[in-house]
Amino acid sequence: MNLSETFRIAISSLLINRMRSALTTLGIVIGVGAVIGLVSLGRGVEAFIAAEFQTLGSNILEISSSQPNSPTRSRIAPLTTIEAADLANPFTAPDIRQIAATYESSGIITAGSERTQAAITGVTANYAEVRSWPVMLGTFITPADVEDTQRVAVIGLDVVETLFGSREANPVGQSIQVNDRSFTVIGVMSERGGSFGISEDGAVIVPITTAQTRLDNARARDGGYLLTRMYVEVIDEEAVEDARQDIETYLNQAHGIIFDDEQDYTISSASDILSIVNQISSLLTVFLVMIASISLLVGGIGVMNIMLVSVTERTREIGLRKAVGARQGDILAQFLMESIMLSFIGGILGIALGWVVSVLVTAFVADLTVTVSPDAVILATGISTLVGVFFGYYPARRAASMKPIDALRFE
Amino acid sequence: MSQQQRSGRPSSDRLSPSRKKAVIDIRNITKTYKMGTFDLKVLKGVTLKIYPGEFLSIMGPSGSGKSTLMNILGALDTPTSGKYLLDGEDVSQLSEDQLARIRNKKIGFVFQSFNLLKRTEAIRQVELPLIYSTNVRNRSRLAKRALESVGLGQRLDHLPSELSGGQQQRVAIARALVTSPSVVLADEPTGNLDSRSGTEVMQIFQRLNEQQGITTVFVTHDPWIARHTQRVIMLRDGKIIADERVKEPLIAGEVERPSDAEELQGIFEETYYGGDESEYT
Repeated sequence: MNLSETFRIAISSLLINRMRSALTTLGIVIGVGAVIGLVSLGRGVEAFIAAEFQTLGSNILEISSSQPNSPTRSRIAPLTTIEAADLANPFTAPDIRQIAATYESSGIITAGSERTQAAITGVTANYAEVRSWPVMLGTFITPADVEDTQRVAVIGLDVVETLFGSREANPVGQSIQVNDRSFTVIGVMSERGGSFGISEDGAVIVPITTAQTRLDNARARDGGYLLTRMYVEVIDEEAVEDARQDIETYLNQAHGIIFDDEQDYTISSASDILSIVNQISSLLTVFLVMIASISLLVGGIGVMNIMLVSVTERTREIGLRKAVGARQGDILAQFLMESIMLSFIGGILGIALGWVVSVLVTAFVADLTVTVSPDAVILATGISTLVGVFFGYYPARRAASMKPIDALRFE
Repeated sequence: MSQQQRSGRPSSDRLSPSRKKAVIDIRNITKTYKMGTFDLKVLKGVTLKIYPGEFLSIMGPSGSGKSTLMNILGALDTPTSGKYLLDGEDVSQLSEDQLARIRNKKIGFVFQSFNLLKRTEAIRQVELPLIYSTNVRNRSRLAKRALESVGLGQRLDHLPSELSGGQQQRVAIARALVTSPSVVLADEPTGNLDSRSGTEVMQIFQRLNEQQGITTVFVTHDPWIARHTQRVIMLRDGKIIADERVKEPLIAGEVERPSDAEELQGIFEETYYGGDESEYT
């Protein structure tokens, strides 16, 4: 008996029990639809996050202090302005174009009768450029402001809202108190938003020298001033790894670090963060797909159940087929083909369902574009066919191994 | 009028085993079922030869082993010991798939309960055995011809539910014939039919045997059916107790089957004491 014959027999048997076949298929449709829908959704979320991170710049390295994870060293040598100046020197690290440094603290901000606690970030004049974060109103801190430790501030939109009542207010030229010292607002940062609940719009940005000397006393042991963070702009994306090497070489020497686990600083790039976030989101996707797979499993058990019923119900038919010359393999193929067809058709319809879901999500959720990728389709079709084989094999085997005399006598 | 005259075939043709090779040649076959601790001997050494063109019945009460013998003859089961030559080929020790091939090529089955596929047209029913045999072209032509030979040439596309019991059994006969088997095995083929359809089916078997020389074996417990065949083998307790030739086989439809009252005539006592006769008149 050839394949097309098996196919024809399977189709006609399935059509004899239309309703039952349709309901059995529905289980697979829902399972495959859920898998496809969630895989596509997960991909969409990943693409969305990647796009968000693109704005952070892929040629930026961020250096900050961190606790060494070493039995031989627990002390942290802070980052300093002298180190920043050394790193900015092309002889130390030729791939570095420029460095924006920050000194971060927090304080009480007052304007008129409004007060709020805010993060205060002292920055170098190139901070806005390096971080690709332009001002919306007024001007950013100039090199002269840094040089002269001016009491000027550029504030984020959240701060504007808290102190001046509305995000639309124009506070440029107004005076605010930072830890009881008077600062002039010279600009408002554009809305940065923030990923994962950490908003940068609540920042009060002042010249770094002002933060180090007027708001704090941040002298470092090496004669410079303390830094919280350095944003290192590398000449291009390909040079990021070389620059990282140069930075490590320099900082290891400056901090007297011999073993890697003694490092008291962390160098991270946007792509590092992106890959962590992607790991989390793909873990989430895997988790969701696993849940969806349970429904596929249940669908598969449904197929098995119906095939078992069908085999019992058609015992006499099996007996007859064997009596007129069907071999074990013929019967096995016939029933296997039926279960494969049930789940294959379910798979096709499930892909359609997943596609509809992704179109709906794209239409109703802003910023999120969800598309059904070809590999998800191939995966779903493959899995549903495998489900058919896996859950159809036992019933088919049972049918094939029936003894013709017993099967013919079955009532 | 005798069967021999109608068939126009010299009786010596069937009665001289030496000149023909047996279609079925079973030698000292036994069948034992293991029932837990003891063995149930169903067939205790059966030897039998059936020649081409024969039309015979195997009779016996239930438990006599006639179904088991039928299963072995039909290659649905294998004997515990003994030899079974079908068309000269030893089929007593074949594997299940080899038996399936034998059934497909050499044996046609007709069952008491027709065993037709649900919601399947007559022509597809008849094609079924051909699906499982290799290298068969023009399946539908062969099926059509088989259906014509049982007088259902006009019912090719009918479903079982659209056919009478007699017609359904004729579809089953066509299905048995479509592969041109060496022998047709019929297990109580008229058992589920009313007497008119039964006669109709019997006529078809007789005609096929006479005109096409199809070797036919009936398994039945009904002596009236057996009387329509040419040879009767009686089985009891797993052994053949009689193998007789029917002197003048009945021709289906010519003689009315006697009613129960007629069958029982003469066995009752002369006077009836059981009640008032007027109750029945």
